[in-house]
Amino acid sequence: MSPFSGLTLGVVVSYLSLVVALPLAALVWQSTKSGSTGFWQSLTSPEAVSALELTLLASLAVALVNAVAGTVIAWVLVRDEFPGKGVVNALIDLPFALPTIVAGLTMLALYGPRSPVGIDVAYTRSAIVLALLFVTLPFVVRTVQPVLQELDHELEEAAESLGASNWQTFSRIVFPNLLPGILSGVALAFAKAVGEFGSIVIITGNIPFKTEVSSVYIFGQIESGNTSGAAAASVVLLAISFGVLLLIGALRFWATRHHA
Amino acid sequence: MRRLTLRTVALGYLALILLGPLSIVFWRAFEHGFGPAWSAVTTPEAIHAFRLTIEIAAIAVPANTIFGVLCALLIVRHPFPGKGLLNALVDLPLALSPVVVGFSLFLLYGRTGWFGSWLSKHGVQVLFAMPSMILATAFVSIPFVVREVVPVLREIGTDQEQAAETLGASQWQVFRRVTFPAIRWAVAYGVVLTTARSLGEYGAVSVVSGRLGGQTETATLYVSDRYENFDIVGAYSASVVLALMAIVVLLTMNLLRPKEGVH
Amino acid sequence: MGIRVEGVTKRFGSFTALNDVSLDVEQGSLTALLGPSGSGKSTLLRVIAGLERPDAGRVTISGEDATGVAPRKRGVGFVFQHYAAFKHMTVRGNIAFGLKIRRRPRAEIRTRVDELLALVQLQPFADRYPSQLSGGQRQRMALARALAVEPKVLLLDEPFGALDTRVRAELREWLHRLHDEVRVTTVFVTHDQEEAMALADQIAVLHEGRVEQVGSPRDLYDEPLTPFVMSFVGAAAQLGDRWVRQHDLDLKLKPTAGALEARVERVARLGFEARVELQLAGSGTIWAQMTCAELDRLGLEHGTPVWVIADRARVFAESS
Repeated sequence: MSPFSGLTLGVVVSYLSLVVALPLAALVWQSTKSGSTGFWQSLTSPEAVSALELTLLASLAVALVNAVAGTVIAWVLVRDEFPGKGVVNALIDLPFALPTIVAGLTMLALYGPRSPVGIDVAYTRSAIVLALLFVTLPFVVRTVQPVLQELDHELEEAAESLGASNWQTFSRIVFPNLLPGILSGVALAFAKAVGEFGSIVIITGNIPFKTEVSSVYIFGQIESGNTSGAAAASVVLLAISFGVLLLIGALRFWATRHHA
Repeated sequence: MRRLTLRTVALGYLALILLGPLSIVFWRAFEHGFGPAWSAVTTPEAIHAFRLTIEIAAIAVPANTIFGVLCALLIVRHPFPGKGLLNALVDLPLALSPVVVGFSLFLLYGRTGWFGSWLSKHGVQVLFAMPSMILATAFVSIPFVVREVVPVLREIGTDQEQAAETLGASQWQVFRRVTFPAIRWAVAYGVVLTTARSLGEYGAVSVVSGRLGGQTETATLYVSDRYENFDIVGAYSASVVLALMAIVVLLTMNLLRPKEGVH
Repeated sequence: MGIRVEGVTKRFGSFTALNDVSLDVEQGSLTALLGPSGSGKSTLLRVIAGLERPDAGRVTISGEDATGVAPRKRGVGFVFQHYAAFKHMTVRGNIAFGLKIRRRPRAEIRTRVDELLALVQLQPFADRYPSQLSGGQRQRMALARALAVEPKVLLLDEPFGALDTRVRAELREWLHRLHDEVRVTTVFVTHDQEEAMALADQIAVLHEGRVEQVGSPRDLYDEPLTPFVMSFVGAAAQLGDRWVRQHDLDLKLKPTAGALEARVERVARLGFEARVELQLAGSGTIWAQMTCAELDRLGLEHGTPVWVIADRARVFAESS
């Protein structure tokens, strides 16, 4: 390795260690400090389990809704033409650009008391789902769009010339090619939803066992000084994040297995 | 016909999910007129909060940009053992809860943490001060430049760089004159994403900052502080400023978005 | 029967791709649509397939009006230049696609696919994926896929354009033999006149959206109706208002009445043939074609003065 790349490696590894690796190592270490029984106890405390259940269920539901909605939106944005399409396309990124706390405030304003549309779901589980739908909107759309754009039109024409109906062409030719893109978008959306904090913390009231998600639970544990409780739950979320990343990597591998 | 239905469904869903929240921010902020909204965002605390947010971003974004370019070069051009782990760590912030991020920093720099005890002995305050907030912001926005530059670097290949080398260019010259011009739009796009993420960060800084009003409150923390103190106009006015920043980011993103065919 | 195209016009924005084009293709024949890029040949093929809707005119396939009919109902088999292989399916899956769509019984599909695999000689590759095949193999698969549903008409859009020269020549032979066996009305698009001449019973030459001439390879070569056809099918040189084939130029070593004075610039031996570049006395250059034996007999080399006779030159009517 040349001296330049050796230096680069050094700088990159140092920076990454300082910013990412060391803090995470400290987290993992902390969770082992109270021994495996302590860890297990914190992990399985009723409040933690309830929070995790709620988090996973809500995230899964939202991920699935996005799988369908995101694909439809991507389809319309790629295949359809209408005035203002550019603006709509730009707006898709709004949930990414807008701070989560602001998103949370707006959720409250729209769907809480004094709601202009008459929907009041503040302090309920539906609020969680609504907030998560907002913040996860861009993910599936943006992973499916490039795949759709690059999909060779000739494939669909070939299918048509061979007698396939619109639906058959979609389900047998287009969809299998879109699937890896949809799945990685879903995985990213799921991960974002599991860890989401800012948009949920206001509208849900964070009622333990009812509307408290894992990230809020951890925050509460930190504030009340229960480090081991916070550490145990954090490690779970960390493991889920890692798992999702592995899944996305595997999807990418699977998607290109038939390409030379 | 089917096209129209699909379009209606898509646009209807988007209107529901996106437009509502956006318009309501403006409505609630200006409910009592422009005056109260303006005074709400020009209080000393508010101004300090916005300034702090920008200061933090002004450090985190360039740091992550330099890191991002170097890291991308490393990943694409110089394979090494452990590359998989590096990749995973760089991508992790995309999938990790910001509260967990903040907590891990809290553990590292807290009084009983690995660094915390040493640092406090030497009078350096990290937690509940700027340094930890910068670290938190850098952590959550680390992936973006790397992920944008890697595919472009892969695509352009090494031919041009090798040609430059045969013509006598040093490594630095090759980078400056051949490599960087080829990746600069990807870098720009990555910078915009990094900036957006830094300006909007809430969960991680929430944990590490201690939320001392006028001292360690960023704009996002200020918003939630105003809300918790029942200052609705204050909270929404500050939100409007953040929303406007977000819209500027949106426009820049869409101007710089990589053209199809890059990936 | 066969295919009948009547008065077809197709515009893309302000660009007219096809301008009042009419063509008859006999049942069971092998027809080439020949022309340079932008001539409209691919557009015409796609109109016949139903992948483009004409702005005016009519298309009749096997006696039935197909003009407004969707591609899937026309009974056409289409083969694309870049194969349009279904990458996520095996070779077998690709070939079976049309039959699966029509919900044929599994056993029938299996037999038919096996037949076709034998026909295109891809049996050892049946369970491979397109990415594991060479270009030539992929194109054979695409052909088998199109033939699987027993189309009334087989349409090929520059089928060998993406292949290298040797493979192209092999597949050309192979397509000819296939057509002899299967005898389905076939139309293919090409810009390669040699390919068109070697394969087709009938060639339609297209230029700027119009059909310039339709005929057998021999008719087009021996009796071209326009300068364009003459210079596109074979090579031709222009002398004033006359056009002549390079091998129809007679070179004499002694001054001859009615001949053009010229000087030899360069001589290139191309195996059996030779190419002699000449600088005409007036101005301009022209090249003559002859066998190397002929070349040696005349003893031509750089600087040799010659007299050029173009007896078999043609004059064309103004309208072209």
